[in-house]
Amino acid sequence: MILAKVVGTVVATRKDERLLSAKLLISRPMDPSGKPEGTYLVAVDTVDAGVGETVLIVSGSSARMASGMKDCPVDAAVVGIVDAVEVGD
Amino acid sequence: MQLARVIGDLVVTRKDENLTGIKLMVLQPIAADGSDVGRTLVAVDAVGAGVGETVFFVRGKEASFPFYPTEVPTDAGIVGIVDHWDIES
Repeated sequence: MILAKVVGTVVATRKDERLLSAKLLISRPMDPSGKPEGTYLVAVDTVDAGVGETVLIVSGSSARMASGMKDCPVDAAVVGIVDAVEVGD
Repeated sequence: MQLARVIGDLVVTRKDENLTGIKLMVLQPIAADGSDVGRTLVAVDAVGAGVGETVFFVRGKEASFPFYPTEVPTDAGIVGIVDHWDIES
């Protein structure tokens, strides 16, 4: 899983019918210190996250194990809102 | 599976219900000589690892198998704590 900062939302009228009730977020992956890394990612939101929050994103087929995403065509899902990252070194 | 160093942990109050009670650790993958390689990631902990320990972890849907039959939405999971490793030179 990766840490990411939510930077926006996606509005999509025409989409796969299994995504009809899905909320889509644009997020920017980041390292534990908050430095952005990699490209932007669209992820389906299952925990009611908002813009500006740090979230936990699960990728690949595991994203379908997020709540309510069974058999949905997704490869990234927000499964947690991060309160704190504690890095030892 | 890959070797990694546990460098931190996460506090995540709001999360997928199937992640409840599961520790989330920040990992830095390492090479055979112990040097850092690649990006940090977040993994679920199935073995009780702590910050500073060297572990090996599995990527993909298999990361949820230690918690079977609960379908934990994760794509990375710590499955062993490394005592030591040897490289034939």
